[in-house]
Amino acid sequence: MTEILKNLSNSWDWETPTKNITDINQWISRFLEVQELVASPDGERIAAIVQDDDESFTVCENGETWSSTFEKAWSLRFGPDGKLYVLGMNDDEWSVNEEDKPWDESFEYVWNLGFSSNGNAAGVNVRNSEGYAVSLNGSTWDEKFFQIRSLQISNDGQHSAGNIQTEPLSEGDIFTFKKGLWSLAVDGRPWEQRFLNVWGCSFSDDGSRVAAEVRLKTGRQTIAVDGVRWDQEFKAVWQPIFIPGTHEVIAPGLTTSGWKLHVNGTPLWNRSFNQVWRQKFAPDGKRLAAVVSPEFGRWTIAVDGNQWKTTFSDVVLDPIFSEDSKHVCAAVKDKSSWTIAVDGAPWNQAFDMVWDPVFSPDGVSVMATAAMGINHFLALDGKIVLGPFEAMWEPIFNENGDKVLIKCVENGQFLRRVVPVKDLSRK
Amino acid sequence: MGLAALPIVNDPGLDIPIQELTPERIAEVFNRVVDQETAARFKVYLNTCVHCGLCSDACHWFLSNDRDPRFSPVGKVKQTLWELIKKRGRVQPAFIKECSRIAHTECNVCRRCSMYCPFGIDIAYLLLTVRRICSELGVVPQFLQDTVNSHAVTLNQMWVKQDEWIDTLQWQEEDARAEVKTGRIPLDKEGADVFYSVIAPEPKILAQLIGNIAQIMAVAKVDWTMPSFDGWDNSNMAMYSGDFEIMGRVERAHHDAALRLKSRRIVMGECGHAFRGAVYDGPKWLGWREPPIPLIHAVEFYHELIFSGRLKISHKFETPVTVQEPCNIIRGRGLGPKLREIIQATCADFREPEPAFEHNYCCGAGGGTINCGPPWKTSRVKGNSVKAEQLAATGAHVIITPCHNCHSGIEDIVGAYKLGMHVKFFSEILMEVMEIPEELKA
Repeated sequence: MTEILKNLSNSWDWETPTKNITDINQWISRFLEVQELVASPDGERIAAIVQDDDESFTVCENGETWSSTFEKAWSLRFGPDGKLYVLGMNDDEWSVNEEDKPWDESFEYVWNLGFSSNGNAAGVNVRNSEGYAVSLNGSTWDEKFFQIRSLQISNDGQHSAGNIQTEPLSEGDIFTFKKGLWSLAVDGRPWEQRFLNVWGCSFSDDGSRVAAEVRLKTGRQTIAVDGVRWDQEFKAVWQPIFIPGTHEVIAPGLTTSGWKLHVNGTPLWNRSFNQVWRQKFAPDGKRLAAVVSPEFGRWTIAVDGNQWKTTFSDVVLDPIFSEDSKHVCAAVKDKSSWTIAVDGAPWNQAFDMVWDPVFSPDGVSVMATAAMGINHFLALDGKIVLGPFEAMWEPIFNENGDKVLIKCVENGQFLRRVVPVKDLSRK
Repeated sequence: MGLAALPIVNDPGLDIPIQELTPERIAEVFNRVVDQETAARFKVYLNTCVHCGLCSDACHWFLSNDRDPRFSPVGKVKQTLWELIKKRGRVQPAFIKECSRIAHTECNVCRRCSMYCPFGIDIAYLLLTVRRICSELGVVPQFLQDTVNSHAVTLNQMWVKQDEWIDTLQWQEEDARAEVKTGRIPLDKEGADVFYSVIAPEPKILAQLIGNIAQIMAVAKVDWTMPSFDGWDNSNMAMYSGDFEIMGRVERAHHDAALRLKSRRIVMGECGHAFRGAVYDGPKWLGWREPPIPLIHAVEFYHELIFSGRLKISHKFETPVTVQEPCNIIRGRGLGPKLREIIQATCADFREPEPAFEHNYCCGAGGGTINCGPPWKTSRVKGNSVKAEQLAATGAHVIITPCHNCHSGIEDIVGAYKLGMHVKFFSEILMEVMEIPEELKA
């Protein structure tokens, strides 16, 4: 659970067992079209883009429509702080709309809506007549570029970055391309260094540094931090992360002996893998887990270099640590079935799909949204304990870990339910 | 009598990089690729080949070039890999240009020759190894390299910017809604049954195909999505240039996009090479034995929609049709019967080509060859006169090609050999014969 979610959740209603927030069936009969539903983190609000008449779209929230209407609208999302955003277009001008109010500036196009993890900032990639940039909380970079292809926002919401094209390039011009036209712009200022490519980037915790994957030439890739590349080169790399609270960088790199994690260019664990990616630090900033493939076609999690004994045939998703940093769980898929594995032990229950698992605050229990057929369920410690639902969003434990907040659609009703864990455990 | 001289083609992607090469540099790259990147099968293939030449009659290049042995599969290996091995890679730079010409532009890696080889040697793999060596040396036909550069920057093959992609989907959604009231392209929908991916020519130059699929999905009531973010393009020319690191990055983005959206399966549009990249070469380079999420080709998807009754056919397409069978889904996946079943379900007059199914000829454009661009078009079209003869013999007026490379390559052949035929994707046929229920009509 993110820090902001933990803080916000303390003020939520954890007493009312069930609130029937709205009748979705009524929406469906009222509007020409109801698009995908999004639920607020606290479960008090449910919203969707709806078509109110033949011409315009708006947002319906808990049954009430916004005053704003749009010719086109998409990317309806709640931010980590619970504010509702949508990207909307009228008269060929796109705007970011925050709680039914557009930002002052409009653009030729906006996309990649993203947020800082503390919820203080919302940002988008934008295009206007001068070029491409980032707009953060409605404030747009002064400098514009020939293209931008990503948006990263620092944890504190003070900084933004994106990989940018620094010069024009004619299609077919492989020789100008070879000079390196791509860089990273941070708060609108591009790195001095240019690369063949700049891909995924990450901010340090304090937002003062940025590390990114870069390509030097065909088959030679490395990591650059604030534009300065590591001395070591690799056949390929994946997205770097910073060690929490430091300016040290960890990234997977492909060497002649296989994939290895590297810290500032030096091998970190004393072994290589067939694949390493999705590395994540524990909340204590000390333990490091990653998805690894110890041999072709087998996948698992390694924590501090020690892989789980159990491996899976299909895929393993991001490792997730408990709050005390002692336990790790992940969504895994084996022989075509999804489930959750905790500290290397997979649940017996298989699903058609699972969402990211969630640890209880004490790290003892794990729950997740799961789907079988068209139905959604709450699964806790390997058992289906609630459902079926037509839809369900990420469940959240309260601070004590003795209650769970469920946001679901049941018989066409959007329900906010608070369920004691002991009641679930009995099922 | 000696063999006729081949026309000289100037390609800056080959001519300029070789100026910086030395025999020492070539030997270093050759030995690294052979020693570190190939394994038992490479040695087995090399040591098993008895130089019998039975593969020759499998190759449309050989058959279309007066049975010139230089165009036979084994001849291509002899002119490239055998020579490199004999000299441990210490060859002159001009030889590498010849290697690229042969491996990139005169072989479609269609693998028809493997079926004619008494030992089943994957000769195309050997020529892909030659391509890998050329790519590592920076010697790749200009237009193909530009496509790979696009993959590296944008993760799609036609330099489509992120805003252009989303804007195009929204425009196509509008078009679809003008025909089918419920036509939608749901962006970034989590948990959908179908993650639909396309290749970049669709948003770039054939956007109506995306509008078509939005109508088809609406009529069939499919729960589907497309991503607004990178990973929507399932194509992969880096696989064919020999830049496997970019190939891996492109494939990871594609599969990760579907994983991120919690989709049950990926359905890809009508493209053959993309199927190979997404199901075989890409996942294996990344470490997956199979794609992490099941992936099916459009032919299988249309088969499912038609034969489950989710799509109803109001009338049959009357014009005589034949089919161009994409190597990567027919020879590579065995979809020939399903392809015929959907054609017969929608077309009144199907003319079977000869040869057919896994024995059918390649379109001559696949394997990255058409992406080598205009400098090589003449030799590419000349190298597939057998396809022109085969198509003409069917007497059909329309050629159904469930693959983008086939589509473009067959159009070139139809034009060059004046066949007077038309080329259509299967979805275009489907759009003509699909029943749109009255209540869904806009």
